[in-house]
Amino acid sequence: MSHSKASTDFLRNTEHAKWHDETLWMIREKRDLASQKVPEWENLRTLASSIKEHVLSNLDQLLLEFEANATKNGIQVHWAKDAQEHNQIVLDILKKQSCAQVVKSKSILTEECHLNPFLEKNGIEVIDTDLGERIVQFLHQPPSHIVLPAIHLKKRDISELFHQKLQTEKGNEDPYYLTQAARTHLREKFLKAKVAITGVNFGIAETGEFVVCTNEGNADMGVHLADVHIACMGIEKLIPRRNDLGVFLRLLARSATGQAITNYTSHFRGPEKGKQIHLILVDNGRTEQLGREKFRNSLKCIRCGACMNTCPIYRRSGGFSYQSTVPGPIGSILSPGLDLKKYSSLPFASTLCGSCTDVCPVKINIHEQLYEWRQEITKANPNHAEILSMKLASGIFKSPLAYRISGILMRKLIKNLPDSLIYNPWNVWGKGRKLPETPQESFRNWYLNHRNNEQ
Amino acid sequence: MEQSQPNVGLFIPCYVDQFYPQVGKATLEILEKLNCKVSYPLDQTCCGQPLANSGYERETKESCQQFLNSFLKFDYIVAPTGSCVHHIKERYSKILNAPELQPSLNSKIFELTEFLHDILKVELQGTFRHKIGYHASCHALRGLRLSKSSEVNTAPFDKVKSLFEKVEGLEWSQLQRSDECCGFGGTFSVKEEAISLSMGKDRLADHHEAGTEILTATDMSCLMHLKGLADKKQSTLPIMHLAEIINQIIS
Ligand code: SF4
Repeated sequence: MSHSKASTDFLRNTEHAKWHDETLWMIREKRDLASQKVPEWENLRTLASSIKEHVLSNLDQLLLEFEANATKNGIQVHWAKDAQEHNQIVLDILKKQSCAQVVKSKSILTEECHLNPFLEKNGIEVIDTDLGERIVQFLHQPPSHIVLPAIHLKKRDISELFHQKLQTEKGNEDPYYLTQAARTHLREKFLKAKVAITGVNFGIAETGEFVVCTNEGNADMGVHLADVHIACMGIEKLIPRRNDLGVFLRLLARSATGQAITNYTSHFRGPEKGKQIHLILVDNGRTEQLGREKFRNSLKCIRCGACMNTCPIYRRSGGFSYQSTVPGPIGSILSPGLDLKKYSSLPFASTLCGSCTDVCPVKINIHEQLYEWRQEITKANPNHAEILSMKLASGIFKSPLAYRISGILMRKLIKNLPDSLIYNPWNVWGKGRKLPETPQESFRNWYLNHRNNEQ
Repeated sequence: MEQSQPNVGLFIPCYVDQFYPQVGKATLEILEKLNCKVSYPLDQTCCGQPLANSGYERETKESCQQFLNSFLKFDYIVAPTGSCVHHIKERYSKILNAPELQPSLNSKIFELTEFLHDILKVELQGTFRHKIGYHASCHALRGLRLSKSSEVNTAPFDKVKSLFEKVEGLEWSQLQRSDECCGFGGTFSVKEEAISLSMGKDRLADHHEAGTEILTATDMSCLMHLKGLADKKQSTLPIMHLAEIINQIIS
């Protein structure tokens, strides 16, 4: 389904769509306030962007340094070239532990790799322990937002769901009550789990440690109770030094939710005695993206979600309309790199307003990359009718005479045809909007009659 | 005013030429009143942006060249649009693979209010007794940086509004969302019709609540979309391009 079709469906429920837009806008406003409290905000953005630039330019060296230091710390490092390899590595570790149930804190990477369905097919139960993720998991849905996975649902939906799944009181929508119910439910799972999976927000090459940021402390709870910790990390999540971390931590939570810092920022440096840490470094298309000069910057992303909250299209179409693991503006520049055909409508789901670029804490030129993907898509997926009309237009634009004739024709056409008969694009335009009235004469004609003495 | 009369090439975007000749006229008249020597090259066509934004940038090389042939000879190129100006300024040298073009594009081509502010250094004097709703068109705002966007935390500035500081009676509407996109977006407006309409309606509602009497912008395309929506709902919302307002003030 194209993005435009999906968003039309989303907008049918006007009340819900309005609520979705307003809720996310509120988060954008919180981000504004939080970022305005940091006088050096713009410098931080520039710095973060340059650090990531350095990382991308030296990724090979830094990864080796990271691996060496992590190994020295007692972390077992694995390399996965794609989702399949990643999933297999996780499964092998679980099998070795004879583990049939695993707790997992939030990780977009494991969503990208479709780890849950893979493990479930292999007889392993996965319990997502982030509250929002647990909610969408109950519903067999993917997250609709990378920071707020269940943002498409209202309190009422969650109350009903918990009533069915966790036997909470019917109709009780009190967030505190519902959260308590989820906590009790999850606690039981935490206590039983021998293996915990987490994502990684930052890997630090210099020290071989990695950092996980959460608000609920669920990553820590899982990891500390389990014997084995599996951390899944995209290779672009690296930063060179521990000193660099502060730059990113100051930007991340403020951009994401308007908090000064996430409630938990946990550093993992090595396993406790008798326990294991496995770190899986995953490529899955990242090296390829790094090789695409116009698009490599997209790998700077720290997954704060700010570009989604600010995007007027995302807010009015919901995360599912993108049908890709990472939705919104950043998803629309990452996903075409994974499957150009499947995601070909995403770069067009934008007015190129540039709000995403201005909000992005690592200064990814998102809207310019959307423009560039459009160029790639029309080359790769030729839509012959469209090409023909574009060639026609281009012929008109490059010849002043043809241009003039077409202008005269266009004005005549619009003037004389009833709304319903006006050719295609104007037809769509005319459903929700009136066409401009056609003036007596074009500017050009007026100019010729009144001013053109000297030419 | 500068001693020498600047030689200005007037670029009128295709849809303005065809549908809003009064905006072209106002632009021309403003520049003339401000002592510019203005010519409208008759061999101008479209800047190619609609094609390029649709993913057919490569088909626009010749129209870019056509534009440059018509306009590079002038001291300045001025147009009543942020969007086309941004496209020409930011993309032409890449499209034509001619980086040597960039400096002359940077120093020559301006959106109208940008030209008044940066080059002619105009301070408008006069009266305009209305509450104006200023729609910050995205390409003028975040592309040409005519004012500070709400996302960025630098010192505030607004080249457009600062032109009007001395104008009596003029009041700006205070919007809930000061610079959200109107949803026009060229072919987006038909490709993603539902969202485009929803975005436009939200902008109109914001202006309605703020008590906007006249809606204005640097770009007629945004106004065409918003006006089209308002008309369909049979709500009367006067629109004026900034050029028309300025021309009234300095007449
Ligand atoms: S692209 Fe930028 S704004 Fe969007 S999620 Fe990534 S870091 Fe955040």
